[in-house]
Amino acid sequence: MSAHEIVLRARSIRRRWGGVVAVNDVSIELARGEVHALIGTNGAGKSTLVGVLSGEIEASSGTVELHGVDVTRWTQPRRARAGLGRSYQRSTIFPQFSVLENCRLAAQARHQRPWQWWSAASRCDVSGAAARQAASRAGLDGVLDREAGFLSHGEKRQLEIAMCLATDPQVLLLDEPLAGMGAEETGRMLELLAGLRSGHAILLVEHDMDAVFRIADRITVLVDGAVIASDGPAAVRANHEVQTAYLGEAA
Amino acid sequence: MNPRHAAWAAAILALALFPLFGGKFGVDLVTKMMVFAIFALSLELLVGQVGLVCFGQAAFFGIAAYAVVRLTPQDAPASIWWLAPAAVGASALYALFMGSLSIRTRGVYFIMVTLAFSQMAYYVAHDTPLGGGTDGIYLNLVPTFTLGGVVLVDLAKAKPFYYFVLATLATVFVALAVLLRSRFGRALAGIRVNEQRMRAAGFSTYPYKLAAFVISGMVAGVAGFLFAVKDGFVNPELMSWHVSGTALMMIILGGMGNLQGAVLGAFAFSLLQELFKSQAIFGDFARHWHLGVGASIILCVALLPRGLAGLPALLRRVARNPE
Repeated sequence: MSAHEIVLRARSIRRRWGGVVAVNDVSIELARGEVHALIGTNGAGKSTLVGVLSGEIEASSGTVELHGVDVTRWTQPRRARAGLGRSYQRSTIFPQFSVLENCRLAAQARHQRPWQWWSAASRCDVSGAAARQAASRAGLDGVLDREAGFLSHGEKRQLEIAMCLATDPQVLLLDEPLAGMGAEETGRMLELLAGLRSGHAILLVEHDMDAVFRIADRITVLVDGAVIASDGPAAVRANHEVQTAYLGEAA
Repeated sequence: MNPRHAAWAAAILALALFPLFGGKFGVDLVTKMMVFAIFALSLELLVGQVGLVCFGQAAFFGIAAYAVVRLTPQDAPASIWWLAPAAVGASALYALFMGSLSIRTRGVYFIMVTLAFSQMAYYVAHDTPLGGGTDGIYLNLVPTFTLGGVVLVDLAKAKPFYYFVLATLATVFVALAVLLRSRFGRALAGIRVNEQRMRAAGFSTYPYKLAAFVISGMVAGVAGFLFAVKDGFVNPELMSWHVSGTALMMIILGGMGNLQGAVLGAFAFSLLQELFKSQAIFGDFARHWHLGVGASIILCVALLPRGLAGLPALLRRVARNPE
C-alpha cells in the first residue's frame, strides 16, 4: 500500500434537515499519511459531514467509499469494523471503567467471538493487547488502571483517541480533539496526532487555527455546508474568499 | 476474610439453615422471597445493567407459570426435565417477540411498549379459555424431579422444594455474575452508558440488547415456573402490571446496578409486605398495607440513593466523616 493511497472518498454528499441544507454537494478525499483539516464557522456543517462519513447520519444523496468499496448503505458499526474510527467533540468515555477497560471494550468489537459470556472480559488476550497498545500510543501508559472519570480533561481527550485507536482503524475522523485544552495539553495532543499520521488517514475538525496550520497537510473550508476551498495550508491562507468568509472574521 | 465475604457467607449459611428452625410459615415465606429474588434479578439485568426499563416483566413470569399448569397432563405428573425447559422456552419466545419490536424504541416509549405487550398477555389469560379466565387454574400434579427412577428432589414437600429454589437462586445469581464480567456483559454495560459510542466502536448494539432481553425473559420464566410449582395455582393477576411494578420497586429498593441489590430488594420488599399486612401489629390498618409499603419505599429512596445494597458504603462514609 502506498503512503498516500486514498482510503476514504466521499462524492457529492448532500444532507438536508427539513428545509435546511446542512451539507451541500461536498466531495472530500482522505489519504493515508495525511492530516486533512476541516474548518468552518459554527453551523457550517462540519459535524454533519463527519456524521455522514462515519455512518451515524444518513446522506440525502452522494456516496462514501472506503478502500474503493461503496459503503454508503453500511451501518455505522459495520463501517467501524471495516476501519472507520471516529471521536466525539464531547468526551464519550465510560467514566466508571478504568482507562484500560475503556480501550479494551472498544477493541472488543472486532473480536471474532464477541458473544462469549462465560470467561471474564479482563482475561481476553486479544482485546487486552490491542487496548494496551492503543493506550500506549495515546500516551496513557501511566494511568492504565485509573478510573476514566477521574482523568484530567486533556487525558480524557487522549483516552477518546485511544479508544478510537483500539478499534484498529485506517481512517480517523476526529471531531475537535483540542476543544477546551490549555496550551500545554494542545501541544501534547498535536504531537500525538502527528505521530498517528503515518498509517492513518486523518480528518481533523478543529476551531484552533494555529493548531490546524501547524499540523494539516491539506485544509478544506466549509461555509454554509459547501466547500469554498480545499488546498494546502499556504494556498488556503492566501485564498481571498477564505479570508473574507472565515479567517478575516476570526482575526 | 473481608467484611463483604463474611456478609455473603453469613447470608448463605442463614438461608441454608433456615428450614431447620423456620417453621412451616417461615419456610413458605422465604421460598416465596427467593422466587421473587430470581424474578427481581431478571429485571435487574435489563434495567440496572443494560439500562432498558422494561415494564412488562410480569408477562414472562406469568407465561412460564401458565405453561406449567397447561402442559401438565391431567392424569400423571410431568417430569421437570421437559416441563421446565418448555415453560422457560415459552417465556423466551415471548421475550424474543416483545424484544425484537420494543428494543427499537427508547426511553418512555420503551416503557409503554413493554407494558402494552405484557397487558396483551394478561388479557389473553384473562379473556380466553386458554387462560381459564379470572378464576385461574389449578395445577393438578406437582412435577417430578427424578433421574433413572431415583427421586432427586420431592418438589411437593416444602423443605426439599425450599432447597431446590435456593439452589436455583444461587445458580441464577452466579450465572448472571459470570455473564456480566464477560465480554458480552461488558458490552451491555457500555451500551447502558453510551450506546452511540459503542456503535462508533463497531458494536451492532441491537442484537446485544435483544439477547439480554431474551435472557432476562428466561430468568423471569424460571421464577414463574417455580412460582407455579410452589403455589399450584395460576391466575391472570400474575401477568398484571402490578407484578411488573413490584419487580421494579424491588430493584429500586435494593439498589440498581448490582445483582445483590435485586436479591436484597426482593427480600426487603416481601418482609415489608408481611410486616404491614400483619394484623397483630397494625390491627385494622393492616388492610391498608399498600400505604405502609409505599411510604417505606419512598423513605428508602429518599434516604438511600443507592438502595439497601449501598447501605454499608453509606454507613462507612458516615462513620469516617460524621459531619
